[in-house]
Amino acid sequence: MAKYLLLKHYRGAPPAVNDVPMDEWTPEEVEAHLTYMRDFAARLEESGEFVDHRALAPEGTFVRYDGEGRPPVTDGPFAETKDLVAGWMVIDVDSYERALELAGELSAAPGAGGRPIHEWLELRPLLTAPQPMTE
Amino acid sequence: MDEVLLRSLTPSVLTILVRRGADFAAAEDAVQDALVEAVRVWPDDPPRDPKGWLVTVAWRKFLDATRADTARRRREDVVEDEPVPGPVSGTDDTLQLYFLCAHPSLTPSSAVALTLRAVGGLTTRQIAQAYLVPEATMAQRISRAKRTVSDVRFDQPGDVATVLRVLYLVFNEGYSGDVDLAAEAIRLTRQLAAAIDHPEVAGLLALMLLHHARRAARTAADGSLVPLASQDRALWDTRLIAEGVEILQAALARDRLGEFQAQAAIAALHADAPTAGETDWPQIVEWYDELVRLTGSPIVRLNRAVAVGEADGPRAGLAALAELDDTLPRYAAVAAHLHERDGDLALAARLYADAAERAADPAERDHLTRQAARLSRSS
Repeated sequence: MAKYLLLKHYRGAPPAVNDVPMDEWTPEEVEAHLTYMRDFAARLEESGEFVDHRALAPEGTFVRYDGEGRPPVTDGPFAETKDLVAGWMVIDVDSYERALELAGELSAAPGAGGRPIHEWLELRPLLTAPQPMTE
Repeated sequence: MDEVLLRSLTPSVLTILVRRGADFAAAEDAVQDALVEAVRVWPDDPPRDPKGWLVTVAWRKFLDATRADTARRRREDVVEDEPVPGPVSGTDDTLQLYFLCAHPSLTPSSAVALTLRAVGGLTTRQIAQAYLVPEATMAQRISRAKRTVSDVRFDQPGDVATVLRVLYLVFNEGYSGDVDLAAEAIRLTRQLAAAIDHPEVAGLLALMLLHHARRAARTAADGSLVPLASQDRALWDTRLIAEGVEILQAALARDRLGEFQAQAAIAALHADAPTAGETDWPQIVEWYDELVRLTGSPIVRLNRAVAVGEADGPRAGLAALAELDDTLPRYAAVAAHLHERDGDLALAARLYADAAERAADPAERDHLTRQAARLSRSS
């Protein structure tokens, strides 16, 4: 019983095997991809392992405190990477092995030519509440 | 209305329905419906015989659901001929219900969820909140669990050890949301102890009581963790400690030692010390030796190294630690503590910082970060 975050990247990860941008897919390929993602989430809900699933808008702003009485800095040096994270899914599973298995399935979502994208996903454990017996 | 009292009737009502021939999954749904109705009706119209009331209502719910089901399938309505509920017998099969809900074919998370619902009488929503997952996810987990055990015969003998593992998991989940899972685990373990005379059931109950007794002292007002050695012992619940010690002594007297009794014995030795300095560490080390023999668990060996460090000095603790795998959870935290006591503050500070990075929960991470900062400043 542990929760994991599956992070989907736009950039920052090495290119996927089937690295064709989505806007070059045929409508059928896009549809197949979206169906796969929807079915994946539905299957997780059915298996009692689904927690949360969100996509992020590609735009975003870096903000930094710039001292008392001054407006925050919103123009950071990170313009290239502001769309690093595309979305996430949180799962609640019995083991790390199961989390790996699910991440593998998600990465196999079909892309151009209906072939798996082999997209890189990042799998990170969520911190838990303190456990009284481990005091 | 006392909701805990109401929920404590859940297992006996459910087993009565199953004994009358209802299948487990349908009976479990019917009992939940009856509990909901009790919460609605009882405040204005309390029944004279709460259990009889629940059995009658749950049975009616079961019949209604089965009728609707059979009508849908256009089958002959055979349930019509079932006998009308008679007087409720005093005996029940609560123990069988524990076995079923902790059946080895279930994953730990499904066994926990099913136990909390079918034995604990908690609603799916409450369980979902306690485990921080959506209600729909928890509902699926529970119905899958019910399907998994649907072919298990209700009177099949079970294994107490699997039940104890499930209850231990529930206790260790602590409390989040509006359900206190530690208190619920204690209640379910008490109920189990009443249903079966077994030294390890008593051992687990004693262990839970002794840990629960320290709960108020374990966190400071700001939510930060207070380690055992720095806890205000006046905040410990002496009534729970006395009860835990008494249960443990009765169990140990039967000379059938198991891991929960040994863990409880260690907790009792801590509870027994008026100050941290007066802790009987040599005896704690002996109990850890027993635990290593019983479980062989590397986590137990790690805790033993801490106890050895207290009993025979930090060098002895570090020697015990050196035999263990340094990728164990909390290894760095233990190493930091022993090196600090050995006077190597710079190394201890680095290890605390390292341990903070690997901590599994935010409160522990913050605690270790504070330790690192404290030592970096002084060294």
